[in-house]
Amino acid sequence: MTNALWYFGRGFGVSALVLFSIVVVLGVVTRAGRPLPGLPRFAVATLHRTASLAAVLFLGLHVLTLLLDPYAQLHLTDVVLPFLARYRPLWQGLGTLAFDLALVLVVSSLLRHRLGLRTWRAVHWAAYACWPLAVGHAVGIGTDRHTSWLLGVVAGCVLLVAGAVAWRVWGTRFAAPAPPRRVAPPSDLAGLR
Amino acid sequence: MAAELSIDWTRCEARGVCLELLPELLQPDDWGYPMSRGTEPRVAVRRALLADAQTAVRECPRLALRLTPAS
Amino acid sequence: MSVPAPDASAGRASLPHVSGLLAAHTDSWREHLDLLGPLPRLSAGQLLSVVADAGLTGRGGGHFPTARKLALVAGARNALVVGNAAEGEPASSKDRVLLGEAPHLVLDGLLLAQRVVGARLAHLAAPADLLDDVVAPALAQRRDRVRLVAVPEGFVSGQETAVLAAVEGRPARPVTLIRPLAERGISGRPAVVLNVETLAHLALIARYGAAWFRSRGVPDDPGSRLTTISGAVRWPGVWEARGGSTLGDLVEAAGGPTEPLQALLVGGYHGGWVPWHQDAADRPLTRAGLHDYSAAPGSGVVVALPARRCGLQASAGVVAYLAGESAAQCGPCRNGLPALAGHLDALARGRSGARSVQELRRLSDVVDGRGACRHPDGTARFVRSTLRTFGDEVEHHLAGHCTAPDEPTDATRRLPWLPS
Repeated sequence: MTNALWYFGRGFGVSALVLFSIVVVLGVVTRAGRPLPGLPRFAVATLHRTASLAAVLFLGLHVLTLLLDPYAQLHLTDVVLPFLARYRPLWQGLGTLAFDLALVLVVSSLLRHRLGLRTWRAVHWAAYACWPLAVGHAVGIGTDRHTSWLLGVVAGCVLLVAGAVAWRVWGTRFAAPAPPRRVAPPSDLAGLR
Repeated sequence: MAAELSIDWTRCEARGVCLELLPELLQPDDWGYPMSRGTEPRVAVRRALLADAQTAVRECPRLALRLTPAS
Repeated sequence: MSVPAPDASAGRASLPHVSGLLAAHTDSWREHLDLLGPLPRLSAGQLLSVVADAGLTGRGGGHFPTARKLALVAGARNALVVGNAAEGEPASSKDRVLLGEAPHLVLDGLLLAQRVVGARLAHLAAPADLLDDVVAPALAQRRDRVRLVAVPEGFVSGQETAVLAAVEGRPARPVTLIRPLAERGISGRPAVVLNVETLAHLALIARYGAAWFRSRGVPDDPGSRLTTISGAVRWPGVWEARGGSTLGDLVEAAGGPTEPLQALLVGGYHGGWVPWHQDAADRPLTRAGLHDYSAAPGSGVVVALPARRCGLQASAGVVAYLAGESAAQCGPCRNGLPALAGHLDALARGRSGARSVQELRRLSDVVDGRGACRHPDGTARFVRSTLRTFGDEVEHHLAGHCTAPDEPTDATRRLPWLPS
């Protein structure tokens, strides 16, 4: 039984990482304001949100199974307080931090209209902290960390996200057009000045 | 008119989500910003399109839309 | 100590009335007190009542009844009262001149407005140099406390919400209002912004009464009005005119034309052109009087355009300026105004076809009403007025000619960029 929990726990974790990577990519595409083939912009945004809820679901299952697994030595406090775990505290801590940030991202987005644009946007930048923490947690913790399949999956996720970010940065290489140039009014219509 | 859809122009960045959700009422101007299809700049929302308008308000990435019920 | 009389003019009988705002010119507070007496001891209710009876309307271009504007905010908790001298319109200098000539009158008006509203503090927004050179020294002579707020000299910086933003320490750019200013201001505090000329009138009305103010104008347009007359007139300057004065009166007051005139620009850069002929000269500077020309008094700006000047070139220069003055916050304005300026410039240079005129009309409709402030609306109004008033000239330019003799082109007056 504990073996099953351990396998499921890691399985849910890897799935969550893949899903979160897709979420980040969709977030980048949403922010870029571009449609995807067959998907108008509002649908991209909706897909980003739906995927993030799926990712959170798998994250929750990942945490739950590991809480139930005695081998993981995971306590309830370790779920939200980082670096206090018994098993690999450093790498576990990264996961805890990623989990905390994911919660903040979801809750703040559900309250987006209440928070106001500026606050919500500032908080949402935490996504770029959350995902690397999740990746770090994945490569550092767990018995699979040296296996080629895990490293392959992680490499794929990193390439996906890095590619999306690079595409986005490259797409903004032309800054927004400068505001209209100020000129003096015609001298004979400029009053007494 | 059941409600009026107002646009906060200091927030709008022509992201175009509202144009997708309310094509009956909005069209893009020369630069992609939402423009009323009528002769007035004001966007009057009839009852049948109220739900779509509410979705547009919710989905605007810049929170630039507001729906005010007609008094 | 006697109880203050409800009649504003009682107790002032010993002091002769000044004839108007500019006549209230003084160089010190002492002089001001000698000339006009102290601030009248009227209650908020009495002040509101006398201002309402006087029929004072805003002199900042809005023409909103001042008593109503004050009443909407009176008694509100934590209300903001702001005097506005951030005169962004280049063709207007009345606020600058008024502050320079009679700063104490303006300060009186501001303090009276503060009393009506019941605000803890009053603010005065003006260009920095005016604050340093004129207002701060005047304020230092008094025991009153007014917060001075420097505002940059841009066309849209004097807009009410932009001024309020400056008062709150933010950049002076217009703000989208969700609720009326009097209800929530721009950030929750109910606010009232009054032009300094309006405040100066308030200060005299409080002393001399409503009947005095009404006698200085006509029933349609009570009181006097500061106007800035410039262009091809003998004595360009700020002139105080009685309400109901006609455009002809104003041009005469400024010494009359120095050469044959083509048109008057009335109401400033967001106003309209009025072709100069007898009917125009007889029109009063009021909303009703100018309605047929789609113009309005605005902030009392009148610019006389001589016949030798090309109206399209002059207008193109104005629209180019207006485009540059966009706060660049709103897409339709930031993009649309430069487009309008480009088309009008091409038309003025004779480098355009009939399509340009179509585009000018279309783009005017596109930008109208689609911004956080009225900058695109006013610019659209000016463009439409230009096309209407200089319609004949438009036809000439489309054919490659300019009829105005004073353009820097060759003697045949054929515009040089066109192939001969």
